[in-house]
Amino acid sequence: MNFYNEMYDANGGVREHYKGYEAWLKATPGERIERKRAEADLAFHRVGITFAVYGEEAGKERLIPFDVIPRIIPSAEWKGMQKGLRQRVTALNMFLRDVYHDQEILKAGKVPAEQVLNNAQYRPVMQGVDLPGDIYAHIAGVDIVRAGAGECYVLEDNLRVPSGVSYMLEDRKMMMRLFPELFARHKVAPVQHYPDMLLEKLRAVAPTGVSDPTVVVLTPGAYNSAYFEHTFLAQQMGVELVEGRDLFVQDEVVYMRTTQGPQRVDVIYRRIDDDFMDPLAFRPDSALGVPGILKAYQAGNVTLSNAIGTGVADDKSIYPYVPEMIRFYLGEEPILNNVPTYMCRKADDLKYVLAHLAELVVKEVHGAGGYGMLVGPASTKEQIENFRQLLIAKPEGYIAQPTLALSNCPTFVEEGIAPRHLDLRPFVLSSGKCVDMAPGGLTRVALTKGSLVVNSSQGGGTKDTWVLED
Amino acid sequence: MLSRTADHLFWMSRYIERAENLARLLDVTWQMSLVPQSLEAANQNWNAIIALNSLEESFAKKYSEVNADNVLRFMVSDPDNFASIYSCLRLARENAHAVRGTVTAEMWETLNSTWLEAREKTFEQILNGGVGEFFEWVKMRSSLSRGTTLGTLLQDEAFHFIRLGTLLERADNTARILDVKYHVLRPHGDEGATDFYQWGALLRSVSAFEVYRKVYRDVITPERVTELLILRKDMPRSLHFCMNGVVKNLDLIANRHSDETARHAGMLHAQLHYSRVEDILAEGLHPWLTDFMDRIYALGDGISRDFLVPMAEAA
Repeated sequence: MNFYNEMYDANGGVREHYKGYEAWLKATPGERIERKRAEADLAFHRVGITFAVYGEEAGKERLIPFDVIPRIIPSAEWKGMQKGLRQRVTALNMFLRDVYHDQEILKAGKVPAEQVLNNAQYRPVMQGVDLPGDIYAHIAGVDIVRAGAGECYVLEDNLRVPSGVSYMLEDRKMMMRLFPELFARHKVAPVQHYPDMLLEKLRAVAPTGVSDPTVVVLTPGAYNSAYFEHTFLAQQMGVELVEGRDLFVQDEVVYMRTTQGPQRVDVIYRRIDDDFMDPLAFRPDSALGVPGILKAYQAGNVTLSNAIGTGVADDKSIYPYVPEMIRFYLGEEPILNNVPTYMCRKADDLKYVLAHLAELVVKEVHGAGGYGMLVGPASTKEQIENFRQLLIAKPEGYIAQPTLALSNCPTFVEEGIAPRHLDLRPFVLSSGKCVDMAPGGLTRVALTKGSLVVNSSQGGGTKDTWVLED
Repeated sequence: MLSRTADHLFWMSRYIERAENLARLLDVTWQMSLVPQSLEAANQNWNAIIALNSLEESFAKKYSEVNADNVLRFMVSDPDNFASIYSCLRLARENAHAVRGTVTAEMWETLNSTWLEAREKTFEQILNGGVGEFFEWVKMRSSLSRGTTLGTLLQDEAFHFIRLGTLLERADNTARILDVKYHVLRPHGDEGATDFYQWGALLRSVSAFEVYRKVYRDVITPERVTELLILRKDMPRSLHFCMNGVVKNLDLIANRHSDETARHAGMLHAQLHYSRVEDILAEGLHPWLTDFMDRIYALGDGISRDFLVPMAEAA
């Protein structure tokens, strides 16, 4: 397979937007870069920018490898992406509003009703609940990949609790600390205002009538894989980081327990899945959530961000219908491409998928984090046969997509600089008044040669992402 | 501030202070054991450390004999002993981890790297490098942690809870060190010759040897050591000094439940402020210190109830 290279064109020439960086890389002694890489590792460790990996020794933390070669996006291309992201996230929020109110899109037959209403991520408790600004996904982490000859595709919409934005910010900080001269030479669009933007959005969606809302970040606790990010965002926004046990509900109002007595909470940026939010409404065994919080939410006394029930819009079985949503709600043609998707619940699609397992990527409909997926071309016969059994047993649990020839970018690895595959996760913020994002996003890179899985839990690393201003 | 956050801050500072004082206690015991003495007397000193922390049972589970090597191993680097230096550094770091957004980056990095380094040290490595050197390291890391706190943290509620934890723990630990050493050095009251080396080592363990010289300009006597460590309000490890700080910080965080705790702290402070060493010794140092430690414990309990443990849900 031929892969699109972010830095070099098909003839080996350096792409225009990488020329400055490439010249610097050539002129900089390898040992200096090596020294800087070691410095970065040390700093990340000391600062404790780590993540926990499930399945490994409890409480064990790893660094997410950081690569010093940035991923560069020219301004014009970013503008196009930005426009496409605004359009897509706007439509997704309208879809959620519609699903939990009049369900026009289902009545119009544009999205099969049973796919929505029987979806495990559909939350009947949200039916008829009005939310400030009609926004459900205040924060979306849309995964974009470049494939083929350079065209971009949206891979996933991530409307529940997308993570990674702290790495976007820390990578930039690290890059500026290690190589300040690069930033003197390039006009790199800044991203450090992201926490301010986030706080502004969260304040904007406070319950009606609250003029100076108390915002908190809700974390499952110190052993969660993204705990670093939770503390980071709370600190950067200057708000409290709370756990479920710090909150309680009285008369449908949420309070936090403080050293000076109970204090009312208005907006909760929650990093806990729906299922664990309220043991009285969802999983009764959840010790992470807050009993009674759903009632307070339904009464409009607190805003949850993201809303309960957003998963019904980023579910892989709903993903194929996003272009249809854009046409239905906005009357526009989608700017960003969807990846062609086979829905295994359809007999024809299943037949095709089973016949082409070795070429396809098969994903669990409700899966996330790179767990429970099959990358056909990279799998052994045995793995493929195992997956075949899974598919036959439960076809509705899977979708399949062609294996995209993900673009790659020069990356430092053991044997020197070599191309590695990557994706991009811009973080899109919505408040009802506007849709904003920090330029670029988080670039994740698969460090294993040939691997197409960029998730940090599967050995992925990150790069600083530069949007070059004109 | 969240009650849970205050709780983590309070215990973060208690554990690092506890690690420091444990290093001090072990250090002085180690140094005393170098002075010629019978094996029995030496082992009695080591046994006192176990007894002092009420760890007889868990010690006996793992070790058959009380001796220098076993007690050091148990108290320095045994991960199963929740009171070992190793465990204290881990717990200090864990509490800091839970509030890393509240403490400054320097504070977090100090406690995190302390733990990362401690984790790498096996007991054999510590022995080879010299236990004295290890104890110095623990004291330096604790100083560094205190220094970053004083030098970087906004002096708001978080700061006051941290100071409360430090001072309450130190008051307790100084009382313990004095109690155990006094007991060993003068088992029958104040008869007999004063052992200069033993009392000197005790003073050094709380960094008070030079202080003693400066304050008294005279030979070392048990009465003055007692006075220095209990009643001197300008000696940073004395009980009086610690209670000064406890009262002050309690006052700064007062809420509508904390009057009773503040009253107890004030009474304890007043007692230190107006006591004479003769009276304390007349009552008997051991009973006096036991009573003091009980009251410190009750104070910690009160702080926990008033501020740290989630209070009644009524608004």
